Amino acid sequence: MSHPESQHGSMDLEHQEHHVVGPKVYLLIFFTLLVCTGLTTWVAFIDLGVLNPVIALAIACFKAGLVVLFFMHIHYSSKLLKLTVASGLFMFLVLITMTLSDYISRAWGLW
Amino acid sequence: MSSANTIVQLPDQSTAQLPRKHYLNQELGLKSWLLTGDHKRIAMLYLFSITFFFFIGGAFASLIRLQLLTPGSDLLAPDTYNKVFSMHGIVMIFLFLVPSVPATLGNFLIPIMIGAKDLAFPKINLLSWYLFVAGGLFILAAMILGGVDTGWTFTTPLSTHYLNTHVVTAALGIFIAGFASILTGLNFIVTIHRMRAPGMTWFRLPLFVWGHYAASILMVLGTPVLAITLVLVALERTIGIGVFDPTKGGDPLLFQHLFWFYSHPAVYIMILPGMAVISEVISTFSRKRIFGYTAVAFSSVAIAIFGFFVWEHHMFIMGVSNYSALVFSLLTMLVAVPSAIKIFNWSATLYKGSITFETPMLYAFGFLGLFTIGGLTGVFLGSMGMDVHLTETYFIVAHFHFVMVGGMLMAYLAGMHFWWPKITGRMYPEAISKLAAVVTFIGFIFTFFPQFILGYLGMPRRYASYPPEFQVLNVLSTAGASILAVGYLLPMLYMPWSLKYGKIAGNNPWQATGLEWQITSPPLTENFVETPIVDHEAYDYEWLANQTEHEVKTVG
Amino acid sequence: MDSPAIATVNGEMQAEAHAHPAYLRHHFETVEQQREAASFGMWLFLLTEVMFFGGMFMAYLIYRNWYHAAFVAGSNTLNIWLGTINTAVLICSSFTMAMAVYSAEKRRRKSLVTYLILTIVLGLAFLGIKAVEYAEKFELHQVPGASFSIEQFVHPTDPKAVALAPDMAEKTQVYFSLYFAMTGMHALHMIIGISILLILVVRALGGAYTEGHMSTIENFGLYWHFVDIVWIFLFPLLYLISRYR
Repeated sequence: MSHPESQHGSMDLEHQEHHVVGPKVYLLIFFTLLVCTGLTTWVAFIDLGVLNPVIALAIACFKAGLVVLFFMHIHYSSKLLKLTVASGLFMFLVLITMTLSDYISRAWGLW
Repeated sequence: MSSANTIVQLPDQSTAQLPRKHYLNQELGLKSWLLTGDHKRIAMLYLFSITFFFFIGGAFASLIRLQLLTPGSDLLAPDTYNKVFSMHGIVMIFLFLVPSVPATLGNFLIPIMIGAKDLAFPKINLLSWYLFVAGGLFILAAMILGGVDTGWTFTTPLSTHYLNTHVVTAALGIFIAGFASILTGLNFIVTIHRMRAPGMTWFRLPLFVWGHYAASILMVLGTPVLAITLVLVALERTIGIGVFDPTKGGDPLLFQHLFWFYSHPAVYIMILPGMAVISEVISTFSRKRIFGYTAVAFSSVAIAIFGFFVWEHHMFIMGVSNYSALVFSLLTMLVAVPSAIKIFNWSATLYKGSITFETPMLYAFGFLGLFTIGGLTGVFLGSMGMDVHLTETYFIVAHFHFVMVGGMLMAYLAGMHFWWPKITGRMYPEAISKLAAVVTFIGFIFTFFPQFILGYLGMPRRYASYPPEFQVLNVLSTAGASILAVGYLLPMLYMPWSLKYGKIAGNNPWQATGLEWQITSPPLTENFVETPIVDHEAYDYEWLANQTEHEVKTVG
Repeated sequence: MDSPAIATVNGEMQAEAHAHPAYLRHHFETVEQQREAASFGMWLFLLTEVMFFGGMFMAYLIYRNWYHAAFVAGSNTLNIWLGTINTAVLICSSFTMAMAVYSAEKRRRKSLVTYLILTIVLGLAFLGIKAVEYAEKFELHQVPGASFSIEQFVHPTDPKAVALAPDMAEKTQVYFSLYFAMTGMHALHMIIGISILLILVVRALGGAYTEGHMSTIENFGLYWHFVDIVWIFLFPLLYLISRYR
C-alpha cells in the first residue's frame, strides 16, 4: 500500500496534529477494496482445499485493515488510538483462543 | 470528636457556614436534576436509584434467610423460592454492585480528583443513568409480572426452553443496564486519559482513579459479550433460533463460556472500585503514602487483564475439557497475586502509621479481613479438585458474599462515610456510625461464616429445603442476617438525619491530600474556581502540612 | 468556610469570557482536547462493538468446525451474487462516507450534504437487497423457529448438491440461526446508522458541521466504517463456504 507523505517523525503518545486525508487516498483504497471483493468471490469458486477459508479470511483481514488504517484514519492517529484498536483485537483473540482451548481438547483421552 | 486520637478537624461550629452556592443549590427544581449534566448531580441520582435497588435486593435476601430458618419449605413454595433468589441475585449484581461505587463515588470524585470540571461526556453520563433506570424498570416489571427463576446466571437450556417466567423481560433489563455500565466505563477512560489537570501525571493520580480506570476497561470490554449472549437467549426464547439449543445442534456450554467471559470479569468490575476506595481511606487514616504506590496501581490493571483469562473456573463441573480446565485453574491462581499485592501493601501502609479509628477506617478494616477470607477461599475454588466438591454448595455462596458483601459493600460504606462530608458538606454522627460499622461486621460474620461450614458439609445452594441436620448452622446464619440488616438500616436513618443536623464539615475534615479535599464542601458546580496545577505526588502529607488552609491558591 | 469563588461561573459565561468558539463545551480547555476526547470515546465504543459481534463470531467458529457439511449446504443456498453486490454497495457507502468527512473537513457544505445523502441511498440499497434475500429464506423454509424444513437438505432438488444425513441436516438450523443473528444484528446497526445519517443531513443543511466543528461527522464516519468492516468479514464467512462444489 502507498504510504502517503504524512509520516510524523516523533509522535506524542496522546496528542498529534490533526491530519486531513485527501480524496486521492480514499479513491485508491476504494478501488483496492472493490478489486479485493471481486477477487474473494472469484477465488471461492476454485477448489484449494483447506486454503479456501484461509485465503478468504486473509483477504477480509486485508480489506478490514485498509478500512481501519485509511478510512478510519488510524494510520494517521495517535499511539493511544492505535493501542485502542490493538487492544480490541487482543481481547477478541483472548475470547477466541481461551474458549477454543476447551473445544479443541474436550475429547482428548476420551476415545 | 476532637480527642487526641483523631484527625478530624472541623471548623468552629458556632460560626461555620456552608458555601453559599454549590452544586446542590446552583439550580433548583426537579427539571434541573433530571436534565443535569453535572457529574456530581448524576452521582446523586445514581445514589438514590442504587439505594432503592439495594433495599429491594435486601428484601429478597431476608426472604431467603427466613425460608432457610426451617428445613422444610414452610414460608415459600419451592418455585417461589427460586424466583426470590433469582431476583436477589439479579437486582444485587446488576442494579447494585456493578454501579455501586463507580456510578456514585466514581462519578462524583474522578473529575475532581484529576482536576477536571466534569467528565468528558456529561450528556452520555446522564444517558447512562436513564439507561440504568430503564433497565431497572424492566427488571422490576419482570418481578411484578411474576418473577424470573433462572438464577442470575440464565443457564441454558433452562432459561430458553423449560421455564415460563419472564426471562426475556429480565434479560432485556440487564441488557439495557449493561449499556449504562459500558457508557460509565467509556466516560471514565476518556476522562482519565484526556481531562487531567496540568501536572497531574499518571503516577500522581490517586489510587482511586487507577482502580476505576482498571474497572472501566473491564466494563467496556466485557459487558458487550454479556449483551450479545442475552440477545441470543432472548432470540432463542422468542423466535426459536438455535445457537445454544441442543435439540438443534447448539452447545449449552458455549452459553456458559460467553456468559462467564463477562460475568467473571464482572466480579472485578465490582471489587476494583471497592479496592480503590480502600486505598484512599487507609492512606488518610494512617497518615502515610500508600506503601508501594506503583505496585498497587499496576496490580489494579493486572487484575483487570488477568480477569479475562480465568472465566472457565466457573465451569469445571460442566463437562469442559480437563486439559483446558487445568490451564484455567493455574491462571486463576495468578489472579491471587495482584490481589495479595494490594492486601500486603495496605498492611504495610498501616505499619507504623498514625492510625485513627474513624468510621470509614473501621469499615476498611472490615474489608481487609473479610476480603482476605473471601479471596483465599476463592483460591480453594480455583483448584480443580476442591472445586468439584465445593462448587454449587453454600461454600461458594459464602465465598462470593465474603468478597461482594464483606469486601465490596464494606468498601462502599467506607467510601460513603469518608466522602459524605464532601458530598453534603456535613458530618455524619460519628458514635452511632461506628456502632453501625461494628454491627455490620458482627452480623456479616454470623451470616456467612456458617455457610462455609454448611457448604463444606455438602449443603447445595439454590434449594428451598434442606436436611434437618443443617438447621443449627442455618439458624445461626439467619440470626446473623437480622443483625446485618440492622447494620444496613442504621446508615439509612442517620445519613438523612445528618443532612440537616450534622456538624458543618469544612473543606477538609480528614486532613486528606486529594484534590477533592482542597475545594469547598459541597463543591461548586464547576468544581474548581481555577484549573488546579498539580506539583506533588498523591498522598503527600508534607505538602498538605505546608499549606495553610487559606494559602490554597490554585484549587480555590 | 464560605467560598470566595465566583459561584455563578457557568458554562456559557466562561466560554464567552475566553472567546472560545460556541461549540467548545465548557469543561474542555481547548478545541483539540474536545476533538481528541470525542474520537477516543468513539473508538472505545467501537471496541465494545467488536466484543459484541465477537461473541457471535466465536459461536460461528465452533459450529462451523462441528457441522461443516451442514454449513456448506446452508452457505450454498445463499445467493453469492447478491452477497457480492451488497459488499460492493457497502464499500461504496464507506467511500462516500469518507468523502463526507473530507468535505466537512474542507468546510464544503453542499458536497457534505451530497455525500451524506449518497451514503443513505447506498445504505438503503444494501438493506433492500438484504430484504430480498431474507424474503427468499422465508419462502424456502430456511428460517429456524418460523418454518424450518430439513427436507431440502436431505433430498436436494439440485443434482449438484450433496445430500445430508437427516442428523446433519438438522444442524443447518445452527447455520441459519447464526446467519440471521449475525446479518440481523448487522442490519440493525445499518438501520441505526441510517437514522442517525438522516439527522446529520438535516443538521448539515443548516451548516452545523462546516463551521469548523466536524467531530460528529468524523465519529459517525468511524461507526459507519466499522459496520462496513463487520460485513467484510460476514461476507466470506457466510456466503463463501466451499462454493467450488
